[in-house]
Amino acid sequence: MTDTNTFDGQRWHDMGGTAAGPVPTDQHDFSLWEKRVDALMIVASGKGHFTVDGLRRVLEDMGEEAFETMTYYERWIASVNQNLIEAGVYTTSELAQRMTQVAARGATYGEAASE
Amino acid sequence: MPHDHHDHLSPSGHPYRPDDDHPLTYWQQMEIAVRELLIEKGVTTAAEINAQIDTMDARTPANGAAVVARAWTDPAFRDALLADASAATRDMGFDVGPMKLIALENTPTEHNVVVCTLCSCYPRNLLGLPPDWYKSRAYRSRTVKEPRKVLAEFGVTLPDTTTVRVHDSTADMRYVVIPARPEGTDGWSADDLAKLVTRDSMIGTGLPKSPDAA
Repeated sequence: MTDTNTFDGQRWHDMGGTAAGPVPTDQHDFSLWEKRVDALMIVASGKGHFTVDGLRRVLEDMGEEAFETMTYYERWIASVNQNLIEAGVYTTSELAQRMTQVAARGATYGEAASE
Repeated sequence: MPHDHHDHLSPSGHPYRPDDDHPLTYWQQMEIAVRELLIEKGVTTAAEINAQIDTMDARTPANGAAVVARAWTDPAFRDALLADASAATRDMGFDVGPMKLIALENTPTEHNVVVCTLCSCYPRNLLGLPPDWYKSRAYRSRTVKEPRKVLAEFGVTLPDTTTVRVHDSTADMRYVVIPARPEGTDGWSADDLAKLVTRDSMIGTGLPKSPDAA
């Protein structure tokens, strides 16, 4: 972890050259919801609602703890959502209402994703 | 809902990440909500999202392998690829999108390896989505500092006389490595050569397969 009392000119995401352990060899196949997050990023940014720089800005501002505790596409959907709200595509209130509706459909992703 | 992902391991031998039949997570809940709102607002359609997933699924290292094999067998294409990889791969029918693609040719004296220290930039429009390790802290941190040690972890040990060049990707500029053509492949067709080209050999963390193994 970084020393919080000093700033060496690199933010947490600027990892080049820092010490770290062996490169992990674990690999997983992307699940449907992860592919959907990827597609949402490409489609929404392709239509001009935000840019890859906007995606990165939010990912970087989420901080190191998010990098360590959330999966890659968990961080991506958080950033995609933040960018879309900033762009005025929908409001936080609309998101909250929809997330409540989604959760009410069932306890699994498959159930919640089926309207 | 029935689906065919109930096996513990996928056909590629990797575990599936928890998906349809695991408890809904907060972030999955958000993905569903965001997707539905975008569809309702007319930003996209369900069909467009599905088509984008299919497009991304269709991008695999085999596309890059075809590019590499052609560069090995077609000197004019090799020159065009090294001059402008975006245009050369587009001419082959691969849509690399707006990003600038740069091809890096390995030689007997120089080995190239690609990393993204800041995030996870990768030639995804040619090779598909990056492997998990490419996005890891360890790979991002160490590759620019101790590339030979990192390469050794991947089983690539280079002589001291080989220069290792590390290329740090950006959001707008991606790299693909053109590995050196294996010895003992004189007269091989591009299709056969492509079978020797691995994903990792195009990132620089691997070498092409030996012709004996093909």
